[in-house]
Amino acid sequence: SRVLPQLSPAPAPQASSVQHRLVVRDASSLQILQLYTCLDQIQHIEWSSDSLFILCAMYKRGIVQVWSLEQPDWHCKIDEGSAGLVASCWSPDGRHILNTTEFHLRITVWSLCTKSVSYIKYPKACQQGVAFTKDGRYMAVAERRDCKDFISIFVCNNWQLLRHFDTETQDLFGIEWAPNGCVLAAWDTCLEYKVLLYSLDGRLLSSYSAYEWPLGIKSIAWSPSSQFLAIGSFDEKVRILNHVTWKKIIELDHPATITSKKTIVYKEVEKSPTVDTERLSFPPTRALANSLFSTQSKYEISQVPVSLQYIKPVADRANPKVGVGMLAFSADNCFLATKNDNIPNAVWIWDVRRLKLSVVLEQLCTIQAFQWDPCQPRLAVCTGSSRVYLWSPAGCVVVQVPGEGDFQITSISWHSSGDSMLLLSKDNFCVCYLQREEV
Amino acid sequence: MGDWKTITVPVLSSDSKNIHPYTSERKRSPISMNSQVLRLSLPSPKNMHSFFSAFCTEENLDQSISYIDRELTTLGFPSIYAESKGKEINLVSMINCMNELLVLQHKNLRAQEEVEMQHLKLGSDMDHLQNCYAKLKEQLELSKREVVGLQERDRQLQSKNRNLHQLLKNEKDEVQKLQNIISSRATQYNHDMKRKEREYNKLKERLHQLVMNKKDKRLAMEVLNYVGRADGKRGAWRTDKTEARNEEEMYKVLLSDYEQRQKQLLLENAELKKVLQQMKKDIISLLPPQKQKPKERCEDGLVLSDQEEDIGELNKENMWELSCETVREQLTNSIRKQWRMLKNHVEKLDNQVSRGRSGALNEKDVISREDHELETEKLELEIQQCKEMIKTQQQLLQQQLTCDDDTTLLLQDCYLLEERERLQEEWRLFREQKKNFEKERKSFTEAAIRLGLERKAFEEDRGTWLKHQFLSMTADCRSENVTTQSSDPDIRLVKSASRQRKTPSVLTPTVSPEPCQISQYITQNSVASEKPAADNMPNLWVESDDKEETE
Repeated sequence: SRVLPQLSPAPAPQASSVQHRLVVRDASSLQILQLYTCLDQIQHIEWSSDSLFILCAMYKRGIVQVWSLEQPDWHCKIDEGSAGLVASCWSPDGRHILNTTEFHLRITVWSLCTKSVSYIKYPKACQQGVAFTKDGRYMAVAERRDCKDFISIFVCNNWQLLRHFDTETQDLFGIEWAPNGCVLAAWDTCLEYKVLLYSLDGRLLSSYSAYEWPLGIKSIAWSPSSQFLAIGSFDEKVRILNHVTWKKIIELDHPATITSKKTIVYKEVEKSPTVDTERLSFPPTRALANSLFSTQSKYEISQVPVSLQYIKPVADRANPKVGVGMLAFSADNCFLATKNDNIPNAVWIWDVRRLKLSVVLEQLCTIQAFQWDPCQPRLAVCTGSSRVYLWSPAGCVVVQVPGEGDFQITSISWHSSGDSMLLLSKDNFCVCYLQREEV
Repeated sequence: MGDWKTITVPVLSSDSKNIHPYTSERKRSPISMNSQVLRLSLPSPKNMHSFFSAFCTEENLDQSISYIDRELTTLGFPSIYAESKGKEINLVSMINCMNELLVLQHKNLRAQEEVEMQHLKLGSDMDHLQNCYAKLKEQLELSKREVVGLQERDRQLQSKNRNLHQLLKNEKDEVQKLQNIISSRATQYNHDMKRKEREYNKLKERLHQLVMNKKDKRLAMEVLNYVGRADGKRGAWRTDKTEARNEEEMYKVLLSDYEQRQKQLLLENAELKKVLQQMKKDIISLLPPQKQKPKERCEDGLVLSDQEEDIGELNKENMWELSCETVREQLTNSIRKQWRMLKNHVEKLDNQVSRGRSGALNEKDVISREDHELETEKLELEIQQCKEMIKTQQQLLQQQLTCDDDTTLLLQDCYLLEERERLQEEWRLFREQKKNFEKERKSFTEAAIRLGLERKAFEEDRGTWLKHQFLSMTADCRSENVTTQSSDPDIRLVKSASRQRKTPSVLTPTVSPEPCQISQYITQNSVASEKPAADNMPNLWVESDDKEETE
């Protein structure tokens, strides 16, 4: 049974779905507030921006159902019919739903306020084809017509087309707005290293290409102040462009050996569990059994130079596990966290002000995901084990998820207040609350 | 050498062989002549006699004589004949000629020796030169061979170089080829992809048409009731106005963003300008004033005027606002100039320091290292000494102050005892002396009294003696014969004098006879003023003796 928990943007509830049921809980107590039943197995749930509505998308049936929290009786069902459904999302105003039909034939914009429906033709079937500005005013859609890529910019207010221009890309892979909403970054597929920067009014501001033939861009991230654009590529490097000249200011390398004396390397080591032999009882209690067999771990500081575990992947596979695949700026624009897929156990944390490597976290297992706290420079990392790792400039800590059995954390989601985070495993989830230090 | 004439010499004996070569070879080279002469100068003793007898025999005596005479005259010698053509030989002249000939012979021999020496020298020189020549030839050969070897190597290296270049070119060409292949394959793939995409699009369109044609009634939205908009406003129709408004809003957003950025940049700019100004001021203050040197005056003048200008201009508040090219350029140029000057200055200082270290005393105020070191050593010694002194002083002071009370008291007592004993000793002495002094004083007073008494008695005696004398004198006048009587007083005087002389030996600190008392008294008086030291007393008495005798 799939579980898709979602923390709402607002501090209040938290929704998760089990099979065809939608469960709404209180975020702080996890008490069930509401329970809805949908028509089919839910693949995707999403809160609206004002936390009043939840959409539940069932791709197999091609149906989207919308529920209201204020009025539990209110219901809404959108049926795409034979057009099929591959993706569904809210618009920033929380009153429109964008459904992408099968084969990316079109995007239908359903309105909850009016009876109007809008269609966007020829959307591009790529990773990030639709991007909303942070303030929710404009929407950029990647399109492809006649084997050429285009970008359309719509005003979210009235869904009017503002600009439509073609891009000089081979095969547009993704688009992303800068947080200030004035610049749109568009990048090409990994076969071609190319980043194009467009202004809000459709003018091409600049284009950047680091090299020609080897595999190109793997990941992109804007800094929260829109000053920097970090580009992670398959050559295990991150290149940072500045917003004034759109030229590269630095190349951050991810070598397997760290030699700089100023870098702190935290290594996760396993603690062998201490067994209090006096307390052993027969038959052993479950708690005891768990504590005996669950491996504890802690962080240790390794002495530089440190050589990390480097994996050279097979060369003849597509989408190799090479290069910088994960990239994220901290909320205060001070740190950049990266992951080099060649060194899958390490998280690299760079100091943005000095553009130098500040910390490396070396874990025991492969990094699955990491996410920055939306309020503070605090990074949460998960590696598929039952521990979540937290790093902040003050230090780092290993948090064990208490409980029986194995809880393999596969993804993390912070609450917008930064007080709690959602830890998801395949079938379960748990909420981790962080106490504020009392001053 | 003179000409050798051929002469018809009469046929001589078989021993004349020696002469023939001698006479007929007149035109030979000097060397051969020398050799001939050599041979001739050392005739073998065997042939000597025969040789000498070969020329002149008893038969041809006259002829030989005349011949010799002729030869001698041709040689410039006087004739050997005596005056006239007579056959009498002038012996004297002959001997003279012979002597001359001998002298000439000696000279010739010496010349010959010299020439031989030179010949030897030249021979050895030539040998030497030949050796050198041979060696040089060898060396030349060697170097030629070396050159050939090096050339060979050079050739090989060049060919290797060429090969490598060729390889490199080949590699480059291959790389280029591969790149071309890649690009051509990429274009091919793109083309194919596009083709496939078009097909796919066509299929999609077809599918879409089919799907739409079905007129699926299910394609709809069911909603209980329409929800109000999030912002509470009504939806707007899509009109030109709204389009225009959209555009307007978009441009507003962009403009606000640009304005914000420009503000930030202006602030940054202003700060940087401030920093540059500050830097310029600092650099100017660091630089030494260069107004004295006349050489650089023109440069300086310009620079200074520039500086003044800059300072004047850019210190004005308004100038900061201006960001036009000229002002910016001025500022940066002036800063560059100042920085260069500062750099030169620092380099000069560096040179000075390095020169000073190497010992050169170019500047007056640069003290040579040795002097400096000596000074420092001296000062260090002084400091050491002072420190030691201070230490000892401190120790003593410490001893004084921080000793235990007992020890201090003991020490003090010790000192006091010492002093006391000393004082006691001195007192004892003093008392002794005092006693002695008292004793002496007593004796002196007694002696003085006695002296007075004796004096009185003496005076009385004197008076009586004078009376007697007078009386006797008057009596003598009556009797002139009594000369002996006059001697009596003399005798008496003498006696008294002798009595006086005797008495000093008897003198002791006790009673002294009358005549001596006067002198004693005198001496005592002279001495009384002196200190009554026990040591001095015997001297007094001795002195008095002396004085008495002189009287």
